[in-house]
Amino acid sequence: MGVEGIGARVVRKEDRRFITGQGRYVDDVKMVGMSYAHFIRSPHAHAKVKGINSTEAMKMPGVIAVLTGQQIVDDKVGNLICGWAITSKDGSPMKMGAWPAMAPETVRFVGQAVAVVIAETKNQAKDAAEAVVVDYEELPAAADVRAAIKSGAPQLHPEAPGNIVYDWHIGDEAAVGDAFSKAANVVTLELTNNRLVPNAMEPRAAVAHYDQAEEHYTLYTTSQNPHVARLVLSAFYNIAPEHKLRVIAPDVGGGFGSKIYIYPEEMVALWASKKVNRPVKWTGDRSEAFLTDAHGRDHVSKAEMAFDKDNKILGLRVKTHANFGAYMSLFSSAVPTYLYATLLSGQYVIPAIYAEVIGVYTNTTPVDAYRGAGRPEASYLLERMMETAARQLKVDPTELRKKNFINQFPYQTPVIMAYDIGDFHASIDAAMKAIDYAGFPARKAKAKANGKLRGIGVSCYIEACGIAPSKAVGSLGAGVGLWESAEIRVNPVGTIEVLTGSHSHGQGHETTFCQIIAERLGVPISQVSIVHGDTDKVQFGMGTYGSRSIAVGGAAIVKAMEKVEAKAKKIAAHALEASESDIVIENGEFKVTGTDKAIALPMVALAAYTAHNLPDGMEPGLKETAFYDPTNFTFPAGAYICELEVDPGTGKTSFVNFVAADDFGRLINPMIVEGQVHGGLAQGIGQALLEGVVYDDTGQLVTASFMDYTMPRADDLPSFQLSHTTTLCPGNPLGVKGCGEAGAIGASAAVINAITDAIGNNKLEMPATPDRVWHAIHG
Amino acid sequence: MSTVKLTVNGKAVSVDVEDRTLLVHLLRENLNLTGTHVGCDTSQCGACVVHVDGRAVKSCTMLAGQAAGSNVTTIEGLAKGDELHPMQAAFRDNHGLQCGYCTPGMIMSAVDIVHRHGGKLDEETVRHELEGNICRCTGYHNIVKAVLDAAGRMKVAQAAE
Repeated sequence: MGVEGIGARVVRKEDRRFITGQGRYVDDVKMVGMSYAHFIRSPHAHAKVKGINSTEAMKMPGVIAVLTGQQIVDDKVGNLICGWAITSKDGSPMKMGAWPAMAPETVRFVGQAVAVVIAETKNQAKDAAEAVVVDYEELPAAADVRAAIKSGAPQLHPEAPGNIVYDWHIGDEAAVGDAFSKAANVVTLELTNNRLVPNAMEPRAAVAHYDQAEEHYTLYTTSQNPHVARLVLSAFYNIAPEHKLRVIAPDVGGGFGSKIYIYPEEMVALWASKKVNRPVKWTGDRSEAFLTDAHGRDHVSKAEMAFDKDNKILGLRVKTHANFGAYMSLFSSAVPTYLYATLLSGQYVIPAIYAEVIGVYTNTTPVDAYRGAGRPEASYLLERMMETAARQLKVDPTELRKKNFINQFPYQTPVIMAYDIGDFHASIDAAMKAIDYAGFPARKAKAKANGKLRGIGVSCYIEACGIAPSKAVGSLGAGVGLWESAEIRVNPVGTIEVLTGSHSHGQGHETTFCQIIAERLGVPISQVSIVHGDTDKVQFGMGTYGSRSIAVGGAAIVKAMEKVEAKAKKIAAHALEASESDIVIENGEFKVTGTDKAIALPMVALAAYTAHNLPDGMEPGLKETAFYDPTNFTFPAGAYICELEVDPGTGKTSFVNFVAADDFGRLINPMIVEGQVHGGLAQGIGQALLEGVVYDDTGQLVTASFMDYTMPRADDLPSFQLSHTTTLCPGNPLGVKGCGEAGAIGASAAVINAITDAIGNNKLEMPATPDRVWHAIHG
Repeated sequence: MSTVKLTVNGKAVSVDVEDRTLLVHLLRENLNLTGTHVGCDTSQCGACVVHVDGRAVKSCTMLAGQAAGSNVTTIEGLAKGDELHPMQAAFRDNHGLQCGYCTPGMIMSAVDIVHRHGGKLDEETVRHELEGNICRCTGYHNIVKAVLDAAGRMKVAQAAE
């Protein structure tokens, strides 16, 4: 490892612009002649749109246009799509209702847009929006899953009778039945995985420009995957042809999944820019984010686990109702199926698994992938189950886990996934040591003497990242490939540009990806630039989500580098009159091994571009592209242990310690990896203790601001104690697994297991607010 | 419309704005100082914190007119030329930022926290004082480290002066 190579804690190259206020986010973009959009949104969860009267609004100062859902339909703009087709048990395709970008006839959640005002200033657009009169006929609403599946419930879409999108299953029902018939003990658990709002700190925004002379569109947008946005906007929404549309995702202020999707507002801004022939800016405010950013989680599940007399797991049966909200968002269908039920084996040998998942429409904001996407729900269910089982079977929860751990790899689970490698004992042992697990009973006794209830909770998660290979996900219904591309340009002076289809919105790619180059060539990272987020610059890419950037995007960079190095070695060998096989790369030079003959990278690069002295038949230039499609998912795994105290008088929880032992394979920049874990843990702890969406019975969002929805703040969280155990991923050239979601996947079960341990009552839902905890203690 | 005269990052400016204009919008829209961010609409997140006459203020909670005659420092005015403020350097060195969106407000609040506590800070105080700044990326772990680190650096810098 060099000082800036793989494994080095290099401070981030991108930081200087952020700490000096020079980051460039979408709302910072200004264009000559720019106009501003403000959306008119439904105040009702379910209603017919009887009419929209914009006569008065059009007379107001600065108003350029009021555009409605009917105009979107008339212009043949496509409905929003769901990109993963799921087939129900009975073989029928999932049942989807239409989702137009602005509702022409029916609104199905509070906040759904029906029209947009375009004006000279933002305030003028807002003022005029107040004057647009929308005539609604209110309809009864179904605000949660339980209400939506009742007979006689309000129906959202005629295409989906009973509000059921699909009734899907996985695994072997008969084998599970057999396992339960032989069981010595059966443990049952009912739980809710609470709905969350992603709340990236930068609200979504779009600046759209239509160039009439060139018939060309440009869209600046807060996207995790600008190429996917361009593809969808052109191929499915018919707003602009792909070769006439440039999508730029500049600095993006966090995503967590919520900026994967191409939302109605971005579509409308782009469409409207041609309609009014002016650049159009839309910047969401936080209230709009609460109402319209795709929410996360929202499962209601019942699980049963069968054990033999030796406490070995025989089988697992799960039934989950997943709330999709009012429409099927881009990847929503895959989240509670292939990203959830396929992880229900966790870290354990479970010979038989059967899971049923019923996807349900409700009159709420659409739900889609949010940090972890399905895997937190699986991990929470399974790890709550293991803790519940340990209590019921009267064994130590770590012993029960260890007894059932998978020890042999590769391991084929009964639910599709084939784990390539791992060492689950290593991570739980590291976590137990870090928290002094053996010393806990003494600490608990001491706390009791001080009037506090102390608890300890374990969570052993596994996740599947870098969703791939494309052929496999295609066979499961995915509408896209899940490879990544990279282009390496060695410029004539030897500086290097890496063009990647991954997108950084906090992950630090501008540093980490440079470290891969520094490792291979021995050049300083200052000589390398990472180019991303612009469809006019980068060839293509699938973007950043599912902890895929290093495992898939990083591997693509390695593949492109291998091609660059191979060609550069040929040029160097030719210049040095040596055999190509004798050339080695060290400290930015191409050396003839065992001699002092060497040529520096800039000279090789210059030779490639002057082309005065290249091997016969070689093309000039030094630039290579690779498209990398992995052979399997990667499987980061780890163990989290939380120790906390509950004040029985108030129900308030205070952290004593939180330890994490993760196996992410090789770490490129441990400092950045730790930062990713910290952030994930905060979101997992947020789900466990603080965050939870509340709708009232009529479908009004009660938790619609930072005043009502409890975001984790600095004084809600502890400092974390992290460590790493390492098994290198055999499936990619870097040996990496991905680290972005782990914390959010593993943390919530550790916290709830600890609280329920402390209070001696296993019945506790998230978020475990002081009120809920107090009632769980005192009834 | 009113004319608001104030000093921003050491420069006297005069801006014509609607009376309802918030200080944050004057900074972002009229002066193009886009380092100050808007992350919410309920004065909760702190992405818009600037210094008004030396005190940390949420610039979304102050009308531009209220800042007339004031001396405003934004994130763009914190460094001395190329030399970063110790708080900026500490955020970089401790990996106290990821997406960077909350960072300007976080840094401006943190500078104010250190000023008010005279460098006598512990983790609990920093966490309590940062309650008005929301970060979704870092879990605050490295932000807290950065503020404590900077408090030490600022003490040293002050002693040297």
